This record gives sequence, C-alpha cells and structure tokens, in this order.
Amino acid sequence: MDLDGVALDTWIGRVGGVEEEQILARLAEFDCRNNRLAQLGLRQDGFDAAVALARAHYGPERIAVLVGTSTSGMENCERAYRQRDRESGALPGWFKERYSLNLFSVADFVQRYLELSGPAAAISTACSSSAKVFASAARMIDAGYADAAVVGGVDSLCLTTLYGFESLDLLSRRPCRPCDAARDGISIGEAAGFALLERPGRAQGGVALLGYGESSDAFHMSSPDPSGDGAYAAMQFALQRAGIAPSEVQYINMHGTGTPANDRIEDRAIFRLFGASVPCSSTKGWTGHTLGAAGIVEAIICALCLEARLIPGTLNLDRIDPAFASRVAAAPETRDLRYALSNSFGFGGSNCSLLLGRAA
Amino acid sequence: MKAVYLESVGVLGPGLPDWETARRVLDGELPHRAEVPRPDPPQLPPNERRRVPQLVRWALAVAHEALAGAERAAGEVAMVFSSSSGDGEIVHKLCEAVTSPEREVSPTMFHNSVHNAAPGYWSISTGSQQRSVALCGYDASFAVGLLEAVGFVLAEQVPVLLVACDLPFPEPLTPLRDIRLPFGVALLISPAPGNRAFARWRISLGAGVQPARFPRMLPPALATNPAAQALPLLAASRASTAQRVSIVYVGDRHMTVETSPCR
Repeated sequence: MDLDGVALDTWIGRVGGVEEEQILARLAEFDCRNNRLAQLGLRQDGFDAAVALARAHYGPERIAVLVGTSTSGMENCERAYRQRDRESGALPGWFKERYSLNLFSVADFVQRYLELSGPAAAISTACSSSAKVFASAARMIDAGYADAAVVGGVDSLCLTTLYGFESLDLLSRRPCRPCDAARDGISIGEAAGFALLERPGRAQGGVALLGYGESSDAFHMSSPDPSGDGAYAAMQFALQRAGIAPSEVQYINMHGTGTPANDRIEDRAIFRLFGASVPCSSTKGWTGHTLGAAGIVEAIICALCLEARLIPGTLNLDRIDPAFASRVAAAPETRDLRYALSNSFGFGGSNCSLLLGRAA
Repeated sequence: MKAVYLESVGVLGPGLPDWETARRVLDGELPHRAEVPRPDPPQLPPNERRRVPQLVRWALAVAHEALAGAERAAGEVAMVFSSSSGDGEIVHKLCEAVTSPEREVSPTMFHNSVHNAAPGYWSISTGSQQRSVALCGYDASFAVGLLEAVGFVLAEQVPVLLVACDLPFPEPLTPLRDIRLPFGVALLISPAPGNRAFARWRISLGAGVQPARFPRMLPPALATNPAAQALPLLAASRASTAQRVSIVYVGDRHMTVETSPCR
C-alpha cells in the first residue's frame, strides 16, 4: 500500500504517471486525479487521433460521450476537507464541485478534450458503471440521437473507497485471488479505459458489441443475491439480444472480484446457464478491482483476447474453490475465439453483461 | 424522431406535495405555498427503513406516485435515475470520516453513497428485477436523464420511469453548489399511446442555449435545482395545444421537446 498517508493493510493497483500528467491548458480547471487519469487514458494507443477522424466524418454533434465512474473527483473533495478552515470550517477556495467532485466532471472533461458536442452523460451504477455505458451507447445510436459513441470508464484511488470497502470487510490483505479456495477479498485498482463505438460499415475494429443484458438483484445494497438470479438474467439477456446460444460462447470474463460471496454466486449462475464447458476466468488479479472502470477494462481485455485468440488465465489462483462447478481457466489457453461474454456487477444489485464477437 | 408518450407524473417540492397539487398550481387554480415536504421512507423492514438516505426518500416518493398514476406494476418499467449532485449529506459525512484521525467509515453510509442508491432501494423495496441506470449531467441532469429515458423507450420499446432529484448541499459544501430548494420529479414515459397517455413528445438536440421560461407562479429559487428544469416542460405538456419547450442541455446545446396533447 503506497498511497499518501493511508495506513491500511491491503494491496492497491496504482497507475504510474498520474501525478505527473499535466491537464491540457485549456481545461486546467478540471485538474484532479480522476481527470488526469482520464487524460492519460485518452492519450493511449492513438485513441484521441481515432476520435478526431470519426469527428471529421460524423460531425462533433453526432458522437455521444458516455463515461462511467463511481467516485469521479472525490479524492479532490477529501483533499479539500483536510484543508478546512480551523475556525469557520469553510472549504478552501480552490475546490470547485463542478470540475472534480461532480460525477459529470469526467464526462464533461472527456467531451471537451475530444472536442465533441453530442449527447453526454456520466453513468454511475457503482461497479457496473462502465459496462452500462455500452448499453446506453447502443440505445443512443439505435434511437438515432448519435451515429457513434465514445464510451469510457474512469475511477481513481481515493480514501472513501479504500476505507469504505475496509468497513465492509471486503479488502484482501494480499493481492486478490479470484476463484481461489482461500480468496478473501478485493484489491482496489484505478483505471481509465475508452472505446469508440460505431455502426457497422466505417468501423475499423474487428470486434463488435453484439449484445448487452441488464438486471437488478432486488436483494441488498452491498451483498449479491445468493440465488444469482440477477446475474443469470443479465447474461441471458445479453445472449438473447445477440441471438447466440450459450454453447457458442467460448470465453467468459467473470466479474470475479475475489470476495467469497461474489465468486461463489457468479460461478453458480455461470454453471446454470453455460454448464461446465465454457472456460471462464477473472483478470482482476492483474488489474485489481477498478470499480467504475472495471466494465470497460474487461470489455477491452475480451476484445484483445478475441483478436489474439487467447483465453486469459486467473492470476494468483493456487487452488480452484472445490465447490465451483463451472470451468475456471487457471492458466491461459490458445484457441479460436468468436464470442466472449464479460460480466460486471455492482452495489445496489446492478448487473450488466456484454457479449462481444469477432468478425468471421 | 419517433414520438414517446407521457403517462403519468410524480412531483415533490416546496409547496408541491404531489402532481395533483402541482398541476393546479401550474394551471393557476391554486396559489403556491412554500412548505417543504418530508417524504416517508419506502416500504422496507424497520431496521432498513431507518438507513434510507434523504435523496432516496425523495426519489422513491415521486417514483411511487408516477407508477400509481400510470396504473402499472414496478416490474413492468425500467428506471432511469438522474441527479446532479447526489446526496450531499453522505458526501459530507464520508469526507469528515476519512479525514478524521480514526478514519472510521460506516458501512451503511458507504453503500448508500453510490449514485444508484435510489434505483437500488427501488428494486429492493418493490421486488422489481427490471433494469435501471443512474446518471448525471451537472446543471443539465434533467435533460440528460430525459434523453437517456427516451433513447431507452425508443430503442427497447419498454415503458421507462425517469426519476430526477436534487437536494441542497449541507455546510460546508453549501457555497459550492447553488441548489437552493429541494425538488424531485418522476415521469412515466411509454413507447405507445395507451389509455393513460396525456402528452406526446418528440425530442431533439440543437445548437445554442434557449432556456424555457420558468413558471412564474413558482419561486425563482426553485429554478436553481437541476431536477426542476422539468417544470416548464410539465407546464407546456398540460396545454391544450402543441408547444415547443427548450431545456438546457450539456455544453452549448439545448434540448427541444415538441409536446402535443393526446386526449
């Protein structure tokens, strides 16, 4: 654990270079850890250049910006609280709600950075936030309000999530071990991820969003429903929308946080729908749980795996929980992949599954 | 753009305890009074009820009113929840907790801090496993929520309950966000003109900002609430002729709603 003044016995996944990242001068008022991380993400892999080409093609007002986040610039607010006036309790003058704490800050920043002016929203459904952005984008394009969409997820480390998950007894003391018999909690990470979605035709990528499925647990604010019905329904809706049978799916990227309850319930829901033949794994051993960014990080991992024809293994997995019934991939496997499913489940019982496919 | 249909409304704000009263105030039949309502927590087991945060109480009160007005069951409708600034009381308490020497966070406070707390409690208290989404568009949160809801209705052909709600911030956050009065609204929007539908809407985005006039019988301080941007639209949707309403959208854009009566 190496975060300013945090004394928790846990591991974090911290992105290098966030502190050094300089926010674009024309957007300087947006400066905070979360927007620095967003900008760092936008500059990777030629993403901003690809959006510039799409902007020239469709027009800036025809490209939506939908960004998932759970805490946006909360870290900035915590910093301001540490600098409250001793007498009056007032917060320091530099702190602006609009440009950091407000959830829309990150979507606003991304839209301005990319010089777009279409539909925009920050979507915040806890740990399913940046899976939900794909569903929203598909609807926005279907309904005719946009021709393309930049979808993203950005969540950065802050005291609230670290001490919050600690209060729920959900932080592992070791790097998280999804699906392991001795798993004991999550490792919190931070991440920014973006994707450009377009209708078939102009789209360059070889991977398509074929379906999405959403549901609510209607069970508890922070514990998953032991029946797994909500998780099952989200996966089934994604298959239905894509018109794909469970047997055609060749890889499932689990939500797989590494908590005893999540992984157990997810395993059962996967087994109920897919049996024991479809390999599934959790990639959170590499990334940690990046919360509001987890959905898109794992969608991108699925896309890369479809292209590379690779089923990733499950890092830190020593012994698969003997109670599990689905086929957990402990080690990576190489095989021809056409369809992959990615799961994201969040507080409030918010479930979202994405079905991705590779062009034949 | 295809049309969508407004079936029912739920309203909660100072002097606006329900849609029936709000309708009569907007029509000029009743004078506006300024009492701030105190919504009851939703139907949950007693130990859960105590924990339900204020913003969720407001959101669920209007959601239930709109659902009842449409004579629909919770399980039939997806929910889009929109709020600019969430629950300031929770933000304040969490920030105080994590910057205190003990750094002890209440687990209930932490899970209540998610932006989708209202849809979460809605599904838990009604048993609905329907889809929901929670979003934010700063001052344009109502229009951003409305676009999401209309996109949902058109793309998936299901009725959607749009709930928009914002409350004033507590100290010391008050000076950071100019929301002077609390307000919540719920709109049940449907893809087909059923028996209950009373307005037909076509929604588009355009260049430039052309904010609609805020209803003059309501206190101007209410106009500072992002969710209250629904009120000019609701007033126009009551009219007996077709109207165009402009609502502030994100950046330098506005949303135009063409509304016409359908009964």
